[in-house]
Amino acid sequence: MEIQTSAVLTFAIYFSFFCLTIGLFMGMYRLLTGPSLPDRIVVMDLVASLSIGLIITYILATGQTVFLNVAVAIALLVFMGNVAFAKFLIRRMEK
Amino acid sequence: MIEWIAAILLISGSLFMLIAAIGVVRLSDVYMRMHAITKAASLGAILMLGAVSIIYVEWIVWIEALMVVLFVIFTAPIATHMIAKAAHKTGTPKGPGYVMDEMEGKDVGDSDAVMQ
Repeated sequence: MEIQTSAVLTFAIYFSFFCLTIGLFMGMYRLLTGPSLPDRIVVMDLVASLSIGLIITYILATGQTVFLNVAVAIALLVFMGNVAFAKFLIRRMEK
Repeated sequence: MIEWIAAILLISGSLFMLIAAIGVVRLSDVYMRMHAITKAASLGAILMLGAVSIIYVEWIVWIEALMVVLFVIFTAPIATHMIAKAAHKTGTPKGPGYVMDEMEGKDVGDSDAVMQ
């Protein structure tokens, strides 16, 4: 299952890891300084997308295609989390 | 040749995700940040899944990549719509530069209205 990664693909994998990690730090900045609660909920969406990207890059780096199941689970769970947060926002306003 | 295509797809996908993160930091408003995340991050995930599907020529990888793409395409607009509606209903302040707001004063109702 181990693939023979060439130099260009190795560079692409390292570049992708770099970009996604910078994106995670940017999301952390917005999570800490976001003025309202919906800003932080939006960051959750961004972090989920970045996690999917990190998992895909890890698959390409190691050859373990089993981790695509994790990407499927994250893509499903984030939708549930967004729906729950939207309901929570409305409920909190009504009280 | 195939690895060149996969590397281009991977680099462009990660750049789109980086653009989404930059939009989250730079833009001035909840609604603008949602606009940055939903489109750019979804496109980045789809491009990177294309890179995986090119490298690994197996049907189980293709099916799972297709499942992720379909979930992202179908759930990201719905989730963002619900968050935006809830944020507008709870009175999240808008940034500068808004010309008009057709939902102004219209979003009063019960909590189930956000599901519609």
